This record gives sequence, structure tokens and C-alpha cells, in this order.
Amino acid sequence: MMKKILAVCGLGQGTSLILRMNIEQVLNELGVTADVEHVDVSSASGMTSDLIVTSAELAQSLEGHETEIAIVNNYFDLDEIRQALQNRI
Amino acid sequence: MDFLQVEAIELNGQAETAVDAIWLAGDLLVQVKKVKPTYVEAMIKNFTDIGPYIVIGPGIAIPHARPEDGAVIPGLSMFRLSTPVSFGHASNDPVSLVCALAGVDETSHLMMLKQISQVLSNKDKLNIIKTTNDVEEVVRLFRQ
Repeated sequence: MMKKILAVCGLGQGTSLILRMNIEQVLNELGVTADVEHVDVSSASGMTSDLIVTSAELAQSLEGHETEIAIVNNYFDLDEIRQALQNRI
Repeated sequence: MDFLQVEAIELNGQAETAVDAIWLAGDLLVQVKKVKPTYVEAMIKNFTDIGPYIVIGPGIAIPHARPEDGAVIPGLSMFRLSTPVSFGHASNDPVSLVCALAGVDETSHLMMLKQISQVLSNKDKLNIIKTTNDVEEVVRLFRQ
């Protein structure tokens, strides 16, 4: 089954969309197909997925969530995103 | 369509605090009539309520609000700080570049974010934005 990845930000509109686009670019380079969605932090806490990608700040508010969380601090840095995703997908 | 106009760029910005910087970046959007003042108030409220997650790269903050908060035309503004200010972000502080976003609908929003992401994730282009004193040069980067 295709893996589902959530890109999470505060509102689920601006920054998570940038993160989602860059995650998709990295996945594309890695040759991995996955369903990437961008959502706000409160929706994310009620959703099931295989991996959540977000910043350290927002990861704190998702503590206790059963899904594995990958932290990315620089959403523009494709290398950092690649490192965060590797071994998790 | 240009999302960024020269009138919405300030390269010698001065702000004491993160809220001031967001306010001034938002005011540029008001001046070019892309958002109503209520939108700027909502951007500040998001920052104070949800926190510094809008600092998504080293020194770069992307404040925004919801379209229904008063966005009129899709676009962005760029407020470059002469003296960087702290936004309270653990790894990306201090902030020297504040790009306020006005998203109106999903399609324009997506196009605009794609453009912003392409420019800001390119080290050469980002370096120009950080150092140039020519607003036209900044606008051109977003046209390519």
C-alpha cells in the first residue's frame, strides 16, 4: 500500500505546502511514490499516516501521537529533508 | 502575473520585535491593496497564538493568515531587516527576511508558494535577496 506522509504546519496553508512540495521533490529524486498531504497541526493529531514531517516546535504539540515524526528545521533545505525521510520510508 | 511588486519590497527595514516586523511586512501588502488590515491582524494573531513555526528557514519567516481573514489579491511582500530580530525559533533565529503571504485561493496560493520555494531554496538567489540594494533585481528573481 502507498505510504501516507503528512506535512504539518500551524494553519495547514502556507508553510506546510512549501514543505509538501519539497518532500515530493525529494521522494521523486529517491524514486519513492507516496501520498503527501499538507495539514494543520490540530487536524494532524486526529489523522492516521505512516510518517509526520514538521518543525521541532510543532512536533512538541504532537507529542504522544502514535505516528513517527520526522523533524525538519529548514523547509528549503532538500538535503535536510532527504536525511529526515531516509530510513523512515 | 507578478506576485511581488517593487512597492511591496523594503530592503532597509527596521523593527524592534518579531511582531513589529510582521506588522511592517503585512503593511506593505496593505499598501499595494493585496490585503485588508484585518489580514495583518490575523497574521500577528497566528504568530502569537501558534508560535515561531513560520520561521521555516535560517533567518526566513513566512507569516500568513487564512484567505477569509481579508486577502484580496494573491501576492507577497518582502521586508528585509537591517538588524535581524529574534522570533523565538530554536534553530532558525534571528530573522532577517520576512515574506508576508496573501493567499486567495488554492491555485494561486500553490503557484506563489512554488515560486517562493524555488527562489528561497536556491542559495545564489537567496544570497542576492540578502545583499542587493536593487528592488528591481528582487522582482526579477521571482519572474524567472
